Amino acid sequence: MAYSDKVLDHYNNPRNVGTLDKESKTVGTGLVGAPECGDVMRLQIEVDDETGMIKDAKFKTFGCGSAIASSSLATEWLKGKSVDEALAIDNMTIVEELELPPVKIHCSVLAEDAIKAAINDYRVKNGMEAIEEEEKIVH
Amino acid sequence: MTSVKLPIYLDNSATTPVDPRVVEAMIPYFTEKMGNAASRNHPFGWVAEEAVDYARDQITQLIGAKSSKEIIFTSGATEADNLALKGVAEMYARKGNHIITTNTEHKAVIDTCKVLQKRGIEVTFLEIKEDGLIDLEELRNAMTDKTILVSVMMVNNEIGVIQPIKEIAKIAHEGGALFMTDATQAVGKLPVNVNEMGIDLMAFTAHKMYGPKGVGALYVRRKNPRVKVTAQQDGGGHERGMRSGTLNVPGIVGFGKAAEICRLEMDKDIAHVRKLRDKLESALLEMEESYLNGHKEHRTPYLSNISFKYVEGEGLMMGFNQSIAVSSGSACTSASLEPSYVLIALGLDDELAHSSIRFSFGRFNTEEEVDYAIDAVKKAVNRMRDLSPLWEMYKDGIDLSTVEWAEH
Repeated sequence: MAYSDKVLDHYNNPRNVGTLDKESKTVGTGLVGAPECGDVMRLQIEVDDETGMIKDAKFKTFGCGSAIASSSLATEWLKGKSVDEALAIDNMTIVEELELPPVKIHCSVLAEDAIKAAINDYRVKNGMEAIEEEEKIVH
Repeated sequence: MTSVKLPIYLDNSATTPVDPRVVEAMIPYFTEKMGNAASRNHPFGWVAEEAVDYARDQITQLIGAKSSKEIIFTSGATEADNLALKGVAEMYARKGNHIITTNTEHKAVIDTCKVLQKRGIEVTFLEIKEDGLIDLEELRNAMTDKTILVSVMMVNNEIGVIQPIKEIAKIAHEGGALFMTDATQAVGKLPVNVNEMGIDLMAFTAHKMYGPKGVGALYVRRKNPRVKVTAQQDGGGHERGMRSGTLNVPGIVGFGKAAEICRLEMDKDIAHVRKLRDKLESALLEMEESYLNGHKEHRTPYLSNISFKYVEGEGLMMGFNQSIAVSSGSACTSASLEPSYVLIALGLDDELAHSSIRFSFGRFNTEEEVDYAIDAVKKAVNRMRDLSPLWEMYKDGIDLSTVEWAEH
Protein backbone atom coordinates (compact mmCIF):
# COMPACT_ATOMS: atom_id res chain seq x y z
CA MET A 1 0.00 0.00 0.00
CA ALA A 2 1.39 3.38 -0.89
CA TYR A 3 1.13 6.13 1.69
CA SER A 4 0.22 9.72 0.95
CA ASP A 5 2.99 12.29 1.14
CA LYS A 6 1.33 13.77 4.21
CA VAL A 7 1.35 10.45 6.08
CA LEU A 8 4.99 9.98 5.14
CA ASP A 9 5.84 13.48 6.30
CA HIS A 10 4.24 12.95 9.73
CA TYR A 11 5.80 9.51 10.01
CA ASN A 12 9.28 10.78 9.16
CA ASN A 13 8.98 14.01 11.15
CA PRO A 14 6.41 13.36 13.83
CA ARG A 15 5.31 16.55 15.57
CA ASN A 16 5.09 16.85 19.33
CA VAL A 17 6.34 13.45 20.40
CA GLY A 18 6.69 13.25 24.14
CA THR A 19 5.21 13.05 27.58
CA LEU A 20 3.54 15.64 29.80
CA ASP A 21 3.15 15.23 33.55
CA LYS A 22 -0.03 13.23 33.77
CA GLU A 23 -0.43 14.07 37.46
CA SER A 24 -0.66 17.79 36.72
CA LYS A 25 -4.13 19.29 37.05
CA THR A 26 -3.69 21.25 33.85
CA VAL A 27 -2.83 18.14 31.82
CA GLY A 28 -5.40 15.81 30.30
CA THR A 29 -4.29 12.35 29.15
CA GLY A 30 -6.09 10.05 26.76
CA LEU A 31 -4.87 6.49 26.30
CA VAL A 32 -6.90 4.58 23.71
CA GLY A 33 -6.63 1.40 21.70
CA ALA A 34 -5.14 -1.90 22.84
CA PRO A 35 -1.87 -3.67 22.13
CA GLU A 36 -3.64 -6.76 20.83
CA CYS A 37 -5.48 -4.63 18.27
CA GLY A 38 -2.17 -3.35 16.99
CA ASP A 39 -2.60 0.29 17.94
CA VAL A 40 -2.39 2.30 21.12
CA MET A 41 -2.38 6.09 21.21
CA ARG A 42 -1.54 8.29 24.11
CA LEU A 43 -2.44 11.90 23.57
CA GLN A 44 -1.94 14.62 26.15
CA ILE A 45 -3.03 18.24 26.31
CA GLU A 46 -1.92 20.99 28.60
CA VAL A 47 -4.54 23.68 29.18
CA ASP A 48 -3.81 27.26 30.16
CA ASP A 49 -5.72 27.91 33.41
CA GLU A 50 -6.41 31.53 32.57
CA THR A 51 -7.52 31.33 28.98
CA GLY A 52 -8.79 27.77 28.70
CA MET A 53 -6.66 27.38 25.58
CA ILE A 54 -4.59 24.29 24.84
CA LYS A 55 -1.02 25.50 25.07
CA ASP A 56 0.76 22.20 24.51
CA ALA A 57 -0.03 18.77 23.15
CA LYS A 58 2.10 15.62 23.04
CA PHE A 59 1.65 12.10 21.78
CA LYS A 60 3.17 8.67 21.65
CA THR A 61 1.70 5.98 19.43
CA PHE A 62 2.19 2.26 18.97
CA GLY A 63 0.78 1.50 15.56
CA CYS A 64 1.09 1.69 11.82
CA GLY A 65 2.22 4.74 9.90
CA SER A 66 -1.33 6.04 9.53
CA ALA A 67 -1.93 5.80 13.28
CA ILE A 68 1.29 7.70 13.96
CA ALA A 69 0.40 10.33 11.37
CA SER A 70 -3.17 10.71 12.71
CA SER A 71 -1.99 11.35 16.24
CA SER A 72 0.85 13.61 15.13
CA LEU A 73 -1.59 15.69 13.09
CA ALA A 74 -4.03 15.79 16.02
CA THR A 75 -1.42 17.34 18.32
CA GLU A 76 -0.70 19.98 15.69
CA TRP A 77 -4.36 20.88 15.42
CA LEU A 78 -4.93 20.87 19.19
CA LYS A 79 -2.35 23.50 20.02
CA GLY A 80 -3.87 26.96 20.25
CA LYS A 81 -7.44 25.71 20.26
CA SER A 82 -9.86 26.10 23.15
CA VAL A 83 -11.03 22.87 24.74
CA ASP A 84 -14.45 23.31 23.16
CA GLU A 85 -12.97 23.86 19.73
CA ALA A 86 -10.83 20.77 20.21
CA LEU A 87 -13.92 18.71 20.93
CA ALA A 88 -15.20 19.55 17.48
CA ILE A 89 -12.28 17.86 15.69
CA ASP A 90 -13.83 15.12 13.60
CA ASN A 91 -12.10 11.99 12.43
CA MET A 92 -13.19 12.58 8.84
CA THR A 93 -11.22 15.83 8.76
CA ILE A 94 -8.15 13.80 9.64
CA VAL A 95 -9.00 11.28 6.92
CA GLU A 96 -9.26 14.05 4.36
CA GLU A 97 -6.11 15.84 5.46
CA LEU A 98 -3.98 12.67 5.44
CA GLU A 99 -5.77 11.08 2.47
CA LEU A 100 -6.23 7.87 4.44
CA PRO A 101 -7.58 4.88 2.52
CA PRO A 102 -10.78 3.20 3.84
CA VAL A 103 -8.82 0.44 5.58
CA LYS A 104 -7.05 3.08 7.68
CA ILE A 105 -10.08 5.07 8.76
CA HIS A 106 -9.97 3.37 12.16
CA CYS A 107 -6.66 5.19 12.81
CA SER A 108 -8.43 8.54 12.53
CA VAL A 109 -11.26 7.32 14.75
CA LEU A 110 -8.70 6.33 17.33
CA ALA A 111 -7.14 9.81 17.15
CA GLU A 112 -10.53 11.41 17.68
CA ASP A 113 -11.16 9.07 20.61
CA ALA A 114 -7.79 10.03 22.07
CA ILE A 115 -8.60 13.74 21.83
CA LYS A 116 -11.95 13.19 23.57
CA ALA A 117 -10.36 10.99 26.24
CA ALA A 118 -7.69 13.60 26.95
CA ILE A 119 -10.29 16.36 27.22
CA ASN A 120 -12.45 14.26 29.52
CA ASP A 121 -9.50 13.48 31.74
CA TYR A 122 -8.83 17.21 32.00
CA ARG A 123 -12.50 17.98 32.68
CA VAL A 124 -12.86 15.37 35.40
CA LYS A 125 -9.64 16.52 37.08
CA ASN A 126 -11.05 20.03 37.18
CA GLY A 127 -14.45 19.16 38.57
CA MET A 128 -16.40 19.05 35.33
CA GLU A 129 -18.47 16.20 33.99
CA ALA A 130 -17.05 13.92 31.34
CA ILE A 131 -18.69 14.36 27.95
CA GLU A 132 -20.53 11.28 26.76
CA GLU A 133 -19.21 9.95 23.53
CA GLU A 134 -21.60 9.26 20.76
CA GLU A 135 -21.08 5.97 19.01
CA LYS A 136 -19.18 6.25 15.79
CA ILE A 137 -19.88 3.96 12.95
CA VAL A 138 -16.59 2.63 11.70
CA HIS A 139 -16.02 1.09 8.26
CA MET B 1 28.40 0.08 2.96
CA THR B 2 27.88 2.77 0.38
CA SER B 3 28.29 0.18 -2.34
CA VAL B 4 25.03 -1.60 -1.42
CA LYS B 5 22.40 -1.31 -4.09
CA LEU B 6 19.01 -0.30 -2.69
CA PRO B 7 16.35 -1.49 -2.13
CA ILE B 8 17.56 -4.73 -0.57
CA TYR B 9 15.34 -7.75 -1.07
CA LEU B 10 14.91 -9.84 2.08
CA ASP B 11 11.53 -11.30 1.19
CA ASN B 12 12.66 -14.42 -0.66
CA SER B 13 9.94 -16.53 0.96
CA ALA B 14 7.40 -14.45 -0.94
CA THR B 15 9.13 -14.95 -4.26
CA THR B 16 12.68 -15.19 -5.55
CA PRO B 17 14.31 -13.41 -8.46
CA VAL B 18 14.64 -15.60 -11.55
CA ASP B 19 18.19 -16.86 -11.93
CA PRO B 20 19.73 -15.34 -15.11
CA ARG B 21 20.64 -18.87 -16.25
CA VAL B 22 16.96 -19.74 -16.04
CA VAL B 23 15.93 -16.70 -18.06
CA GLU B 24 18.46 -17.63 -20.71
CA ALA B 25 17.08 -21.15 -20.97
CA MET B 26 13.53 -19.85 -21.34
CA ILE B 27 13.99 -17.20 -24.01
CA PRO B 28 14.00 -19.39 -27.15
CA TYR B 29 10.68 -20.93 -26.10
CA PHE B 30 8.94 -17.58 -26.44
CA THR B 31 10.12 -17.04 -30.00
CA GLU B 32 11.64 -19.53 -32.41
CA LYS B 33 10.71 -22.59 -30.33
CA MET B 34 7.19 -21.39 -29.64
CA GLY B 35 5.33 -24.59 -30.37
CA ASN B 36 2.48 -26.16 -28.44
CA ALA B 37 3.73 -29.26 -26.65
CA ALA B 38 0.50 -30.99 -27.63
CA SER B 39 1.03 -30.46 -31.37
CA ARG B 40 1.95 -33.98 -32.33
CA ASN B 41 2.42 -33.57 -36.05
CA HIS B 42 5.07 -30.95 -36.72
CA PRO B 43 8.56 -30.02 -35.55
CA PHE B 44 7.39 -27.02 -33.52
CA GLY B 45 5.30 -29.32 -31.34
CA TRP B 46 8.03 -31.95 -31.13
CA VAL B 47 10.60 -29.41 -29.96
CA ALA B 48 8.23 -28.07 -27.31
CA GLU B 49 7.30 -31.54 -26.12
CA GLU B 50 10.93 -32.53 -25.91
CA ALA B 51 11.69 -29.44 -23.83
CA VAL B 52 8.80 -30.21 -21.48
CA ASP B 53 9.96 -33.81 -21.11
CA TYR B 54 13.45 -32.63 -20.32
CA ALA B 55 12.17 -30.22 -17.66
CA ARG B 56 10.03 -32.98 -16.20
CA ASP B 57 13.17 -35.10 -15.84
CA GLN B 58 15.05 -32.26 -14.17
CA ILE B 59 12.25 -31.83 -11.63
CA THR B 60 11.88 -35.59 -11.13
CA GLN B 61 15.54 -35.75 -10.23
CA LEU B 62 15.33 -32.84 -7.81
CA ILE B 63 12.60 -34.48 -5.72
CA GLY B 64 13.83 -38.06 -6.04
CA ALA B 65 10.72 -39.30 -7.83
CA LYS B 66 10.77 -42.66 -9.63
CA SER B 67 9.21 -41.52 -12.87
CA SER B 68 8.76 -38.23 -14.68
CA LYS B 69 5.14 -39.24 -15.25
CA GLU B 70 4.59 -38.43 -11.60
CA ILE B 71 4.98 -34.69 -12.28
CA ILE B 72 1.77 -32.85 -13.16
CA PHE B 73 2.39 -29.27 -14.24
CA THR B 74 0.06 -26.59 -12.90
CA SER B 75 -0.02 -22.81 -12.73
CA GLY B 76 1.56 -22.84 -9.29
CA ALA B 77 1.40 -24.37 -5.83
CA THR B 78 -2.06 -23.00 -5.09
CA GLU B 79 -3.50 -24.86 -8.06
CA ALA B 80 -1.53 -27.96 -7.11
CA ASP B 81 -2.93 -27.83 -3.57
CA ASN B 82 -6.45 -27.42 -4.91
CA LEU B 83 -6.03 -30.27 -7.37
CA ALA B 84 -4.60 -32.59 -4.73
CA LEU B 85 -7.17 -31.91 -2.02
CA LYS B 86 -10.27 -31.69 -4.17
CA GLY B 87 -9.02 -34.37 -6.54
CA VAL B 88 -8.37 -36.87 -3.74
CA ALA B 89 -11.65 -36.03 -1.99
CA GLU B 90 -13.54 -36.85 -5.19
CA MET B 91 -11.47 -39.82 -6.32
CA TYR B 92 -11.53 -41.56 -2.95
CA ALA B 93 -15.07 -40.57 -1.93
CA ARG B 94 -16.12 -44.19 -1.74
CA LYS B 95 -13.29 -45.02 0.61
CA GLY B 96 -13.89 -42.22 3.08
CA ASN B 97 -14.69 -38.59 3.68
CA HIS B 98 -12.20 -37.43 6.28
CA ILE B 99 -9.12 -35.23 5.75
CA ILE B 100 -6.63 -34.21 8.42
CA THR B 101 -4.55 -31.05 8.10
CA THR B 102 -3.18 -28.32 10.40
CA ASN B 103 -4.19 -24.81 11.33
CA THR B 104 -0.91 -23.29 10.13
CA GLU B 105 -1.12 -24.42 6.52
CA HIS B 106 -1.02 -21.90 3.73
CA LYS B 107 -4.42 -20.47 2.81
CA ALA B 108 -4.34 -22.53 -0.39
CA VAL B 109 -4.78 -25.61 1.79
CA ILE B 110 -6.91 -24.18 4.60
CA ASP B 111 -9.42 -22.46 2.36
CA THR B 112 -9.63 -25.42 -0.01
CA CYS B 113 -10.37 -27.64 2.99
CA LYS B 114 -13.09 -25.22 4.07
CA VAL B 115 -14.69 -25.53 0.65
CA LEU B 116 -14.52 -29.32 0.99
CA GLN B 117 -16.23 -29.05 4.38
CA LYS B 118 -19.14 -27.34 2.65
CA ARG B 119 -19.25 -30.26 0.25
CA GLY B 120 -19.66 -32.67 3.17
CA ILE B 121 -16.05 -33.69 3.75
CA GLU B 122 -15.02 -33.85 7.38
CA VAL B 123 -11.83 -31.94 8.03
CA THR B 124 -9.74 -32.03 11.19
CA PHE B 125 -7.46 -29.02 11.65
CA LEU B 126 -4.73 -30.11 14.04
CA GLU B 127 -3.40 -27.42 16.31
CA ILE B 128 0.33 -26.94 16.40
CA LYS B 129 2.38 -26.86 19.56
CA GLU B 130 4.07 -23.71 20.81
CA ASP B 131 7.19 -24.51 18.81
CA GLY B 132 5.18 -24.74 15.60
CA LEU B 133 5.40 -28.53 15.23
CA ILE B 134 2.40 -30.82 15.19
CA ASP B 135 1.83 -33.36 17.94
CA LEU B 136 2.24 -36.79 16.35
CA GLU B 137 0.15 -38.42 19.05
CA GLU B 138 -2.68 -36.04 18.27
CA LEU B 139 -2.42 -36.93 14.61
CA ARG B 140 -2.54 -40.63 15.47
CA ASN B 141 -5.65 -40.07 17.56
CA ALA B 142 -7.34 -38.06 14.84
CA MET B 143 -7.04 -40.89 12.30
CA THR B 144 -10.26 -42.82 11.64
CA ASP B 145 -11.16 -45.55 9.18
CA LYS B 146 -12.73 -42.81 7.06
CA THR B 147 -9.50 -40.80 6.80
CA ILE B 148 -8.41 -40.67 3.17
CA LEU B 149 -5.75 -37.96 3.32
CA VAL B 150 -3.36 -36.30 5.71
CA SER B 151 -1.98 -32.97 4.47
CA VAL B 152 0.82 -31.26 6.37
CA MET B 153 3.10 -28.60 4.93
CA MET B 154 6.81 -29.31 4.93
CA VAL B 155 8.19 -25.87 5.80
CA ASN B 156 5.97 -23.16 7.19
CA ASN B 157 6.06 -19.98 5.12
CA GLU B 158 5.89 -17.57 8.04
CA ILE B 159 8.01 -19.09 10.77
CA GLY B 160 10.00 -21.66 8.80
CA VAL B 161 9.47 -24.67 11.06
CA ILE B 162 10.07 -28.02 9.38
CA GLN B 163 7.49 -30.68 10.21
CA PRO B 164 8.64 -34.28 10.76
CA ILE B 165 7.35 -35.34 7.35
CA LYS B 166 8.63 -38.92 7.41
CA GLU B 167 6.96 -39.68 10.75
CA ILE B 168 3.74 -37.98 9.69
CA ALA B 169 3.66 -39.95 6.43
CA LYS B 170 4.17 -43.16 8.36
CA ILE B 171 1.24 -42.45 10.66
CA ALA B 172 -0.96 -41.57 7.67
CA HIS B 173 -0.03 -44.78 5.87
CA GLU B 174 -0.52 -46.95 8.94
CA GLY B 175 -4.04 -45.56 9.14
CA GLY B 176 -4.64 -46.35 5.48
CA ALA B 177 -4.60 -42.74 4.31
CA LEU B 178 -2.57 -40.98 1.65
CA PHE B 179 -0.05 -38.36 2.65
CA MET B 180 0.22 -35.01 0.93
CA THR B 181 2.53 -32.09 1.63
CA ASP B 182 2.63 -28.51 0.48
CA ALA B 183 6.39 -28.21 0.01
CA THR B 184 6.43 -24.77 -1.59
CA GLN B 185 9.05 -23.43 0.81
CA ALA B 186 11.14 -26.60 0.74
CA VAL B 187 11.57 -27.92 -2.79
CA GLY B 188 14.72 -26.57 -4.39
CA LYS B 189 15.83 -25.13 -1.07
CA LEU B 190 16.23 -28.17 1.15
CA PRO B 191 16.77 -31.84 0.36
CA VAL B 192 13.40 -33.38 -0.53
CA ASN B 193 12.97 -37.02 -1.53
CA VAL B 194 9.42 -38.18 -2.05
CA ASN B 195 10.35 -41.83 -1.68
CA GLU B 196 12.50 -41.56 1.41
CA MET B 197 9.92 -39.29 3.02
CA GLY B 198 6.88 -41.34 2.05
CA ILE B 199 5.09 -38.57 0.17
CA ASP B 200 2.14 -39.48 -2.05
CA LEU B 201 1.25 -36.00 -3.28
CA MET B 202 3.35 -32.86 -3.15
CA ALA B 203 2.63 -29.29 -4.26
CA PHE B 204 5.44 -26.93 -5.15
CA THR B 205 6.22 -24.00 -7.40
CA ALA B 206 8.97 -22.53 -9.55
CA HIS B 207 9.00 -18.95 -8.32
CA LYS B 208 10.25 -19.78 -4.83
CA MET B 209 13.31 -21.50 -6.29
CA TYR B 210 14.62 -18.91 -8.75
CA GLY B 211 12.26 -19.97 -11.52
CA PRO B 212 9.44 -17.97 -13.12
CA LYS B 213 6.03 -17.20 -11.63
CA GLY B 214 2.96 -18.92 -13.05
CA VAL B 215 4.23 -22.47 -13.12
CA GLY B 216 4.18 -25.13 -10.44
CA ALA B 217 3.65 -28.84 -10.10
CA LEU B 218 1.86 -31.55 -8.24
CA TYR B 219 3.78 -34.73 -7.63
CA VAL B 220 1.38 -37.68 -7.83
CA ARG B 221 2.79 -41.06 -6.83
CA ARG B 222 2.36 -43.82 -9.41
CA LYS B 223 3.58 -46.85 -7.52
CA ASN B 224 3.05 -48.17 -3.97
CA PRO B 225 0.38 -46.98 -4.01
CA ARG B 226 -0.81 -45.73 -7.38
CA VAL B 227 -2.48 -42.43 -6.57
CA LYS B 228 -5.10 -40.77 -8.70
CA VAL B 229 -6.80 -37.43 -8.48
CA THR B 230 -9.98 -36.34 -10.21
CA ALA B 231 -9.30 -33.48 -12.62
CA GLN B 232 -10.59 -30.12 -11.45
CA GLN B 233 -10.34 -28.48 -14.84
CA ASP B 234 -11.70 -30.07 -17.97
CA GLY B 235 -10.45 -29.80 -21.51
CA GLY B 236 -7.87 -31.42 -23.73
CA GLY B 237 -6.81 -34.07 -21.25
CA HIS B 238 -3.26 -32.85 -20.79
CA GLU B 239 -1.05 -34.13 -17.97
CA ARG B 240 -2.46 -37.64 -18.09
CA GLY B 241 -5.97 -36.27 -17.84
CA MET B 242 -5.37 -34.72 -14.46
CA ARG B 243 -4.87 -31.14 -15.58
CA SER B 244 -6.15 -29.92 -18.91
CA GLY B 245 -4.76 -26.78 -20.46
CA THR B 246 -1.96 -25.94 -22.87
CA LEU B 247 1.36 -26.30 -21.13
CA ASN B 248 3.29 -23.15 -20.29
CA VAL B 249 6.35 -24.29 -22.21
CA PRO B 250 8.76 -21.42 -21.46
CA GLY B 251 7.69 -21.49 -17.83
CA ILE B 252 8.18 -25.22 -17.59
CA VAL B 253 11.59 -25.00 -19.27
CA GLY B 254 12.54 -22.36 -16.68
CA PHE B 255 11.14 -24.48 -13.87
CA GLY B 256 13.26 -27.41 -15.03
CA LYS B 257 16.41 -25.33 -15.33
CA ALA B 258 15.80 -23.82 -11.88
CA ALA B 259 15.34 -27.32 -10.45
CA GLU B 260 18.61 -28.47 -11.97
CA ILE B 261 20.54 -25.49 -10.60
CA CYS B 262 18.97 -25.95 -7.16
CA ARG B 263 19.91 -29.62 -7.14
CA LEU B 264 23.50 -28.97 -8.13
CA GLU B 265 24.02 -25.93 -5.92
CA MET B 266 21.89 -26.79 -2.93
CA ASP B 267 24.70 -27.26 -0.43
CA LYS B 268 26.24 -23.97 -1.46
CA ASP B 269 22.87 -22.17 -1.31
CA ILE B 270 22.09 -23.53 2.14
CA ALA B 271 25.49 -22.59 3.55
CA HIS B 272 25.13 -19.12 2.05
CA VAL B 273 21.67 -18.31 3.43
CA ARG B 274 22.44 -19.87 6.78
CA LYS B 275 25.43 -17.60 7.22
CA LEU B 276 23.42 -14.51 6.30
CA ARG B 277 20.39 -15.52 8.34
CA ASP B 278 22.43 -16.33 11.43
CA LYS B 279 24.28 -13.04 11.20
CA LEU B 280 21.13 -10.96 10.95
CA GLU B 281 19.27 -13.00 13.53
CA SER B 282 21.93 -12.90 16.20
CA ALA B 283 22.43 -9.16 15.72
CA LEU B 284 18.72 -8.41 16.01
CA LEU B 285 18.10 -10.78 18.90
CA GLU B 286 20.76 -8.89 20.81
CA MET B 287 18.27 -6.06 21.03
CA GLU B 288 16.27 -5.79 24.19
CA GLU B 289 12.79 -7.40 24.07
CA SER B 290 13.20 -9.04 20.69
CA TYR B 291 12.06 -12.63 20.27
CA LEU B 292 12.49 -15.39 17.72
CA ASN B 293 9.20 -16.98 16.62
CA GLY B 294 8.96 -20.71 15.98
CA HIS B 295 11.11 -23.72 16.81
CA LYS B 296 14.77 -22.84 17.23
CA GLU B 297 16.18 -25.99 15.62
CA HIS B 298 13.51 -27.62 13.44
CA ARG B 299 13.41 -24.85 10.91
CA THR B 300 14.63 -23.70 7.56
CA PRO B 301 17.83 -21.65 7.30
CA TYR B 302 16.13 -19.42 4.73
CA LEU B 303 14.19 -17.20 7.08
CA SER B 304 13.93 -15.62 10.46
CA ASN B 305 10.74 -14.38 12.08
CA ILE B 306 11.38 -11.91 14.88
CA SER B 307 9.04 -9.92 17.11
CA PHE B 308 10.20 -6.55 18.37
CA LYS B 309 8.06 -6.05 21.40
CA TYR B 310 6.30 -2.69 21.89
CA VAL B 311 6.56 -1.66 18.25
CA GLU B 312 3.98 -2.41 15.61
CA GLY B 313 5.18 -4.32 12.56
CA GLU B 314 3.80 -2.17 9.80
CA GLY B 315 4.81 1.05 11.49
CA LEU B 316 8.27 -0.41 11.89
CA MET B 317 8.51 -1.57 8.29
CA MET B 318 7.59 1.89 7.12
CA GLY B 319 10.82 3.06 8.73
CA PHE B 320 12.92 1.10 6.28
CA ASN B 321 10.73 -0.16 3.49
CA GLN B 322 12.20 2.28 1.02
CA SER B 323 15.50 0.45 1.43
CA ILE B 324 14.67 -3.05 2.72
CA ALA B 325 11.85 -5.35 1.60
CA VAL B 326 10.54 -7.73 4.26
CA SER B 327 7.11 -8.87 5.38
CA SER B 328 5.20 -8.61 8.62
CA GLY B 329 2.64 -10.63 10.56
CA SER B 330 1.05 -7.38 11.54
CA ALA B 331 -2.64 -6.97 10.83
CA CYS B 332 -2.00 -3.71 9.10
CA THR B 333 -0.27 -5.44 6.22
CA SER B 334 -3.49 -7.16 5.30
CA ALA B 335 -6.94 -5.77 4.69
CA SER B 336 -8.46 -8.03 7.33
CA LEU B 337 -7.03 -6.20 10.37
CA GLU B 338 -6.29 -9.57 11.90
CA PRO B 339 -2.72 -10.46 12.81
CA SER B 340 -1.11 -13.55 11.34
CA TYR B 341 -3.11 -16.71 12.10
CA VAL B 342 0.12 -18.69 12.06
CA LEU B 343 1.67 -16.63 14.84
CA ILE B 344 -1.57 -16.72 16.83
CA ALA B 345 -1.64 -20.51 16.40
CA LEU B 346 1.86 -20.60 17.88
CA GLY B 347 0.32 -19.23 21.03
CA LEU B 348 1.84 -15.79 20.57
CA ASP B 349 -0.03 -12.89 22.12
CA ASP B 350 -1.74 -10.78 19.49
CA GLU B 351 0.55 -8.04 20.60
CA LEU B 352 3.72 -9.95 19.69
CA ALA B 353 2.13 -11.09 16.46
CA HIS B 354 1.56 -7.44 15.55
CA SER B 355 5.23 -6.81 16.23
CA SER B 356 6.66 -9.50 13.99
CA ILE B 357 8.85 -9.18 10.92
CA ARG B 358 9.87 -11.99 8.58
CA PHE B 359 13.30 -11.69 6.98
CA SER B 360 13.89 -14.25 4.25
CA PHE B 361 17.09 -14.86 2.36
CA GLY B 362 18.15 -16.18 -1.00
CA ARG B 363 20.94 -17.03 -3.36
CA PHE B 364 21.49 -13.46 -4.46
CA ASN B 365 21.70 -11.73 -1.10
CA THR B 366 25.10 -10.52 0.07
CA GLU B 367 26.73 -9.98 3.42
CA GLU B 368 26.92 -6.24 2.73
CA GLU B 369 23.17 -6.20 2.33
CA VAL B 370 22.72 -7.96 5.64
CA ASP B 371 25.04 -5.49 7.37
CA TYR B 372 23.03 -2.64 5.96
CA ALA B 373 19.77 -4.27 7.02
CA ILE B 374 20.92 -4.90 10.58
CA ASP B 375 21.84 -1.26 10.94
CA ALA B 376 18.64 0.07 9.38
CA VAL B 377 16.34 -2.25 11.31
CA LYS B 378 17.99 -1.49 14.63
CA LYS B 379 17.68 2.23 14.01
CA ALA B 380 14.03 1.89 13.05
CA VAL B 381 13.19 -0.26 16.09
CA ASN B 382 14.81 2.28 18.40
CA ARG B 383 13.04 5.14 16.70
CA MET B 384 9.67 3.43 16.92
CA ARG B 385 10.23 2.60 20.55
CA ASP B 386 10.91 6.25 21.27
CA LEU B 387 7.48 6.86 19.75
CA SER B 388 5.77 4.03 21.58
CA PRO B 389 3.70 4.63 24.71
CA LEU B 390 3.99 0.90 25.46
CA TRP B 391 7.77 1.03 25.47
CA GLU B 392 7.62 3.99 27.85
CA MET B 393 5.23 2.11 30.14
CA TYR B 394 7.42 -0.97 30.01
CA LYS B 395 10.46 1.14 30.90
CA ASP B 396 8.50 2.67 33.78
CA GLY B 397 7.91 -0.81 35.12
CA ILE B 398 4.20 -0.96 34.31
CA ASP B 399 2.86 -4.46 33.66
CA LEU B 400 0.89 -3.97 30.46
CA SER B 401 -1.35 -6.92 31.19
CA THR B 402 -2.78 -5.06 34.20
CA VAL B 403 -3.77 -2.03 32.13
CA GLU B 404 -7.42 -1.69 31.26
CA TRP B 405 -7.36 -0.95 27.55
CA ALA B 406 -10.05 1.06 25.87
CA GLU B 407 -10.59 -1.25 22.93
CA HIS B 408 -12.27 0.15 19.93
